[in-house]
Amino acid sequence: MKLLTGNELRSGAVTWWTGSGWSLHVEDAVDVGEHGEAVLHAEEGARRVNAPYIIDAVATPQGPRPAHIKDRVRALGPTVRPDLTLKPADPAAGDWII
Amino acid sequence: MYKYDHFDQSIVDARVAEFRDQVNRRIAGEITEDQFKPLRLMNGLYLQLHAYMLRVAIPYGTLDSRQMRMLAHIARKYDRDYGHFTTRQNIQYNWIKLEECADLLEELATVEMHAIQTSGNCIRNISSDQYAGAAADEVADPRPWAELLRQWSTFHPEFSYLPRKFKIAVIASPEDRAAMRLHDIGLELVRQNGELGARVFVGGGMGRTPMIAPEINPFVKADDLLSYIEACLRVYNRYGRRDNIYKARIKILVHEIGADEYRRQVAEEFAHVKTLGIDPPLAELERISAFFAPPAFDAADVEPDRSDPDFAVWLDQNVKPHKQAGYAIVNISLKPIGGIPGDATSAQIDVMADLAEQYGFDELRVTHAQNIVLPHVAKRDLHAVWQALREAELADANLDLISDIIACPGLDYCSLANARSIPVAQKIATRFADMDRQRDLGELKLKISGCINACGHHHAGHIGILGVDRKGVENYQLTFGGSGAEDVSIGKIIGPGFDEDGVVDAVEKATEVYKTLREGDERFIDTYRRVGLEPFKEAIYG
Repeated sequence: MKLLTGNELRSGAVTWWTGSGWSLHVEDAVDVGEHGEAVLHAEEGARRVNAPYIIDAVATPQGPRPAHIKDRVRALGPTVRPDLTLKPADPAAGDWII
Repeated sequence: MYKYDHFDQSIVDARVAEFRDQVNRRIAGEITEDQFKPLRLMNGLYLQLHAYMLRVAIPYGTLDSRQMRMLAHIARKYDRDYGHFTTRQNIQYNWIKLEECADLLEELATVEMHAIQTSGNCIRNISSDQYAGAAADEVADPRPWAELLRQWSTFHPEFSYLPRKFKIAVIASPEDRAAMRLHDIGLELVRQNGELGARVFVGGGMGRTPMIAPEINPFVKADDLLSYIEACLRVYNRYGRRDNIYKARIKILVHEIGADEYRRQVAEEFAHVKTLGIDPPLAELERISAFFAPPAFDAADVEPDRSDPDFAVWLDQNVKPHKQAGYAIVNISLKPIGGIPGDATSAQIDVMADLAEQYGFDELRVTHAQNIVLPHVAKRDLHAVWQALREAELADANLDLISDIIACPGLDYCSLANARSIPVAQKIATRFADMDRQRDLGELKLKISGCINACGHHHAGHIGILGVDRKGVENYQLTFGGSGAEDVSIGKIIGPGFDEDGVVDAVEKATEVYKTLREGDERFIDTYRRVGLEPFKEAIYG
């Protein structure tokens, strides 16, 4: 599957295309299939996202898992600061990245 | 310390106002990201993995308690309560919001700080010896020269769009504490028959093509120094490659045309530049130097009470001799076992500011090894300083030991990285947590980079670790034999890479080989240089 991701313009936070808008959580991301480029240009032009790009991912029961470790780090947060990730209460959350 | 004059303050304030307008226009959609990106980079604002990252310049790593407290305030108000001190003596904030950045810069400007020229193809922050003004072996204080270069390079119209970024280091001691010869230009102030001048080295650097800068001129008189450096830059600006980013640094130019030809061209250009009269008059040099006059040293030379064994270890490891009797140089380690190299909380930054104000003539330094220095502490106050540091979890006595690891932010934060650096540093430090074991190993400089750009200085590590991406999996190459000191050398890759745990094991095996083979007071790197790679390879790869 393919996901569309980028950063929020104002905050810089990592965001994921949900099919109708943007979410901070990769679990909400949808497969953009062949439509990624079109969505990318429309959303970037409307300044709803900054520096967007399309990535490969794998569908899992827990939701999409980006294929590359860099995007998994982006999806969760720094592995060395679990308290600053999107799942600070889950000490095992970092295992998802590796 | 240098204090801004009207011109300094005006240009910094004007830049903040200009950037505020640029940010507003970006948010309003009047300019695109492609148009905005070079503008934000000129103000130190990067877009990293999780958020915008702001790199704040700390000129030659020197700051006072007021500035240090502002760094803590920025961390608290605009970031997530911490900052990351870098290998270029700067500080980075990892979670900055674009819409708040101009406010942040405006607050920074109130304490004579900014983020200008911390990115882009310009002359970056001038780096220097963290012991400047305190080291017994210096022939002069390098800071006035670093400050002169800061002023000369700030918004230099001719050098704002160089082929590539440009880094200058200034030292004034035979002992190199600033990795001087691994800079685009390295200056070592020296005296020749009593006259002050500089050895000039050009074309060093790390990155994907590490090179040690050759000596281009053994002695440039102080009166000619600025003109000579201008000539060095002009030759580079004219002939440095702009067609290939990987060949654009000055080290490639010097290497390709040869040091002799580069030297000849600089001499030719210097003859012209010297006619332009850009070298500052003596009065201006004296005006700048006056800001760096030694503080009013008046403490009696009393040795501290060493009866507390933990304090004694800290004294032996982290406290260095001062040129003034009765005083010492205090190194504050930002490398707690299992911690993140170079990170400090806002509370810790405040503590260091308080200690500088109370005990250190209001001066602090940031080191390229990502530690903090209080350069002038009376020996009578060392115990009180240590107690306060211990209370703030800043009293790790591991300076220059195996756990005093330089590590770049790596894949945990950096968009350029291929592998994580910090977890490797944490595992190695934890493996060698026992202080007796660390101290038995002695000086061992271990440096980790998460990609070939080498921000973690792995090429200059006695043991270097380079993280690479091998088909989407983190892999770590080991290098041995590097040094950023006066015995400068580039480390060599020892063989196939390792996974995260494997590289920790390999480092441990290397230390065992060293312990078996060392002679006398040899450091790890001395033994490696004497016996060569083979015994280490045999132990690590079997």
